[in-house]
Amino acid sequence: MEKEKKKRLALIWAAIAVSYIVILILEMTLRPTSMLLTVLKKGAIYSLVAVSMNLLNGFTGLFSLGQAGFMLIGAYTYAILTMPSEVKTSESVYKYYQCFITFDTGVFIGLIAAGLMAALFAFLIGLPVLRLKSDYLAIATLGFAEIIRAVCQWDVLGPVTNGANLLRRYIDLTYVTIPFTDIPFPPTLFVFIVAGISILLIVLLINSSYGRAFKAIRDDETAAEAMGINLFRHKELSFVISSFFAGISGALLAMFQYTVQAQQFKSMMTYEILLIVVIGGIGSISGSCIASFLYITLSEWWLRGLDMGSFLGIDAPNLFRSGFRKLVFSVIIMIIVLFFSRGIMGDKELSLTRIKGFINKRGMKKGKKEAEA
Amino acid sequence: MSYSLLELKDVTMQFGGVVAVNNFSMHVNEGEIVALIGPNGAGKTTAFNCITGVYEPTNGEILYRGHTVAVSHPHGKMRKLYAGANADLYRDRRILHPTPDEITKLGIARTFQNIRLFKSMNVYDNVLTAMHLRAKQNVFSALLRISYKEERRMREDTERLLKEQDLYRFKDEKATSLPYGKQRRLEIARALATEPELLLLDEPAAGMNPQETKELASFIKEIKERYNLTVFMIEHHMDLVMEISDRIYVLDFGSPIAEGTPDEIQNNERVIKAYLGESNEI
Repeated sequence: MEKEKKKRLALIWAAIAVSYIVILILEMTLRPTSMLLTVLKKGAIYSLVAVSMNLLNGFTGLFSLGQAGFMLIGAYTYAILTMPSEVKTSESVYKYYQCFITFDTGVFIGLIAAGLMAALFAFLIGLPVLRLKSDYLAIATLGFAEIIRAVCQWDVLGPVTNGANLLRRYIDLTYVTIPFTDIPFPPTLFVFIVAGISILLIVLLINSSYGRAFKAIRDDETAAEAMGINLFRHKELSFVISSFFAGISGALLAMFQYTVQAQQFKSMMTYEILLIVVIGGIGSISGSCIASFLYITLSEWWLRGLDMGSFLGIDAPNLFRSGFRKLVFSVIIMIIVLFFSRGIMGDKELSLTRIKGFINKRGMKKGKKEAEA
Repeated sequence: MSYSLLELKDVTMQFGGVVAVNNFSMHVNEGEIVALIGPNGAGKTTAFNCITGVYEPTNGEILYRGHTVAVSHPHGKMRKLYAGANADLYRDRRILHPTPDEITKLGIARTFQNIRLFKSMNVYDNVLTAMHLRAKQNVFSALLRISYKEERRMREDTERLLKEQDLYRFKDEKATSLPYGKQRRLEIARALATEPELLLLDEPAAGMNPQETKELASFIKEIKERYNLTVFMIEHHMDLVMEISDRIYVLDFGSPIAEGTPDEIQNNERVIKAYLGESNEI
């Protein structure tokens, strides 16, 4: 039993190592602007934020819609901290304001600070908001995210956030270097490493005593409380940790995009993430990861032709106009929600036995058909 | 001076205009099995919920080992509405209302009338989750597996507890797929995992057949001896109550009407009246 467990664990680590090596090889061989790399990067970032949302919605049972707000805090914190001080004082970014924060930090500190800042805000907001239940909590957190976005664009905060203007020329993915050298860090690999470590930490948390307490709260609050689990403390904990990782993913998104503007972190973004979580399966980490890569690949790459005039070799510029992709996408989502209402994975995790079982079932079906024929 | 393990003084619970429990005083001594009985709607579960912190009593005081756990007097809207007794007795006390988890931490564990297991978890995880209360680890040590020794100990304790409760062979099954009697046992095992001194059982024999009820009686005695427990329970099955209780309290329409040993209660006229109704001789 014990041995088998160890073997399985070793296999998982091996699979992860192989996938990272594959990414490194892809990075070496493909052009940096290739679509595949872009999709991989964005997919990894969305995986992280989807998993962090799943920790809250799927594992603790708190229906929160504030993810975009925490990503915004993370992105802004990172951008402001890592922007070199020459840039801040040279009026190339802060055109209308005197920049208030004149120091700058490295990537690592920037990322951690992004997470911590989001966590701090989550802590403060959680104090009143986590006493609410289900839909009310969702509305309150959604409202908070919108308020954060508005406040970020506020004139008075201009010296810090640059008002409604863009933030740019901070350390983005192309400027990340391997520590203590000047060799540039392969960008896709960097995103995967940061997102991978973060997701690993969330998985460790979920499989710890605290994770079980979260699940207990999701299953039955009254029983959880009677078993000595302090509801408020554990909800707050889950909320803060989830926001910490949402903040980090916001910082990664800022690095990926080269520019950051509060305008983009609308509630639409939270819905996108919620969609990924639902498609992947509420309560499944691997489901969230698979769904986010799938979602990003579809929306950024495979269905792009629907907006550009030709799709699958069909040229129909009148039909395939901008906006058509969204329409097709909505139909796909409706089909998923109707026929796979529990998502791709349900609340199970991807495992070797599951894959084997799936392949066997497929094989048997095929065999049957052949036999019938 | 020795104290009772649990003591209720003049506890009144009023919802709006309805007095669910009125001026209820009782005590449970260490090592006893005490039962609380009464017709349906008498306020037994409400009294339980006051003890476990689910409700804040409208008036009265609850003590555990001689220390005040909860104390309250009619305040806010209740000041005008209050219809119970002893309205002025606790006026000067500061209101103290602990949450259920704090009560459990003191060493009072409970089960529920309608079984409340963690539905998505298997039998093993249900018990393991209840160990969280006594764990000393914090988030970081749990996250980075620094406290793996404690985790291992928790798992060993869970296995031991499941074996003792004869549930080990079901350990990988979903909690809700167990037969009813086993679910009850699992709920008790889960309560035991919080290392209680006082176990509150809310209708442990509900939905059980006579055979299972009989087994339950010996089971309750057995766990009481094995884990050094004091048991306070609500029950409707009179056979069970009379067989195992040391003392019995009777509630009717929220008010205590009798207390005493099983023999005394069986021959108490008011109790018989409450259960069978009064005969109207014309």
